[in-house]
Amino acid sequence: MDCRREELLIAAIARLLEGCRNVAVGALSPIPGTAAMLARARDPRVRVLGILRGNAFTDGGVELFDLAAQGRLDAFFLGGGQIDGRGNLNLVGTGDYPRSAVRWPGSFGSAFLYALVPRVILFREEHSRRVLVPEVDFISAAGPAPGPSSDDPRRRGGPHALLTDRALFGFDRTRGRFHLKSVHPGHDVEEVTANTGFDFDRPETVPETPLPDAETLALIRGPVAREIARTYPRFAERLFPEAGAAHS
Amino acid sequence: MTCESPLSSLDDLAARVPDGAKLAVPRDITGPAMAATRALIRRGVRGLHLVCVPTSGLQADLLIGAGCVATLETSAVTLGEFGPAPRFTAAVKAGTIAILDATCPAIHAGLQAAEKGIPFMPLRGVLGSDLVAHRPDWRVIQNPFAEAGADDHGDGEDDPILVLPAIRPDAALFHAPRADRFGNVWIGPRRELMTMAHAAKQTLVTVEEIVDGDLLAEDEAAAGTIPALYIGAIAEAPSGAWPLAFHDAYGADAAELADYARLARTEPGFAQYLARFLERGHAGPAGG
Repeated sequence: MDCRREELLIAAIARLLEGCRNVAVGALSPIPGTAAMLARARDPRVRVLGILRGNAFTDGGVELFDLAAQGRLDAFFLGGGQIDGRGNLNLVGTGDYPRSAVRWPGSFGSAFLYALVPRVILFREEHSRRVLVPEVDFISAAGPAPGPSSDDPRRRGGPHALLTDRALFGFDRTRGRFHLKSVHPGHDVEEVTANTGFDFDRPETVPETPLPDAETLALIRGPVAREIARTYPRFAERLFPEAGAAHS
Repeated sequence: MTCESPLSSLDDLAARVPDGAKLAVPRDITGPAMAATRALIRRGVRGLHLVCVPTSGLQADLLIGAGCVATLETSAVTLGEFGPAPRFTAAVKAGTIAILDATCPAIHAGLQAAEKGIPFMPLRGVLGSDLVAHRPDWRVIQNPFAEAGADDHGDGEDDPILVLPAIRPDAALFHAPRADRFGNVWIGPRRELMTMAHAAKQTLVTVEEIVDGDLLAEDEAAAGTIPALYIGAIAEAPSGAWPLAFHDAYGADAAELADYARLARTEPGFAQYLARFLERGHAGPAGG
């Protein structure tokens, strides 16, 4: 089947969102945004919050954070310039703070949401040793303290999964380590290991990340593409020219 | 009792921001007052403590590049789809501005403390982040309401929580769709502007238009209106958020923002852009 790289990632994220009701998507996140729209197309009870067009908030920028602190938000997406093996995220920069060698925009809401949202999906397309590092240079958002998660706001958050261009990882909260769940078609474990700067667990045999089925692809390329074009017209036009998305 | 009219020119509004002021500005999608920013740069304001609520983009980058900012308090600065904010990045690397890195809800919480007139606000999460170590003005305390004797030590449940000092800006500055002649300002659903107005000592607003009538007369408009009592000055500035987008009124000027992102990568390029930006302002965004 002819499946685009982005479509594989969109379908993989949508599977990670199964069972979620309230999903928020940050700025400039077209692939997670499309995945959240796909989850909603499959289950109309899913609410997608935070996307610019048609967002449901009426209490300003603070509302997303307030409802996350209450435990109302099921899933959110974070990335980072650096991610380490304990699940720490760096959105600030490399080298010695504050005069960073490379300075990124800043931490945004990560320090808060990472701790309080039960299903944070780490999404970073670039899978390299410069991104997946042994130890981040600055902790914008801290990985969870080892131990089981609970509804308690002190033990709720941390990574649910880490998805890159090459592979999907899960995170064992008790051990505080990532484990390889699947490798995308066209990639292999050796390549994943060579491009990952931190140590991680791997099963004897690592499955391949499943391709989206025909029905899923039709959903993505049709109604979901038209929906995401309202927020990301250039992304939709480039990726789904068949949907005529930008002209709807 | 009579009230002085808050209606003002752009230059008079900018003159209300003294050198060294703590100035709160909104994120790009909420409505930065770009025409007023031009007036501020033109009058040569210096030493600002810029509080970005909770992030900024072109506005912070312009003010930093023009040498107006001493301290930057923000959760992020970025030009979004146009890339990194080059003058912010350069200034942080060079150490020419002091940076107070924050996280979005911490800035909202600081403003909420100020609007309630209380010294601090607690906030969940954030613990374990290096942000806490680099913010000497932030503190971690024990939840005073945690149940005593609930942990193994018998000395109360361990429940550390971050507390943030109130953020009391000398001025809040933003662009809004409309104001009436009494000085009431309609912001619609963008409630963080209400919080900024409540928290700041004075609020300076540019608007697309001044309208007849009273925005507080009908519930529907009043619910989204900042009452005049918080407002220091209002200047009419059509297309006052240009070149940024302004809600449903106009989109971003993508060519202009791409030009900025390209030119501002170097200091001479930034100077060239700034001269053009300041000059163009005289004719309004449609001219020049």
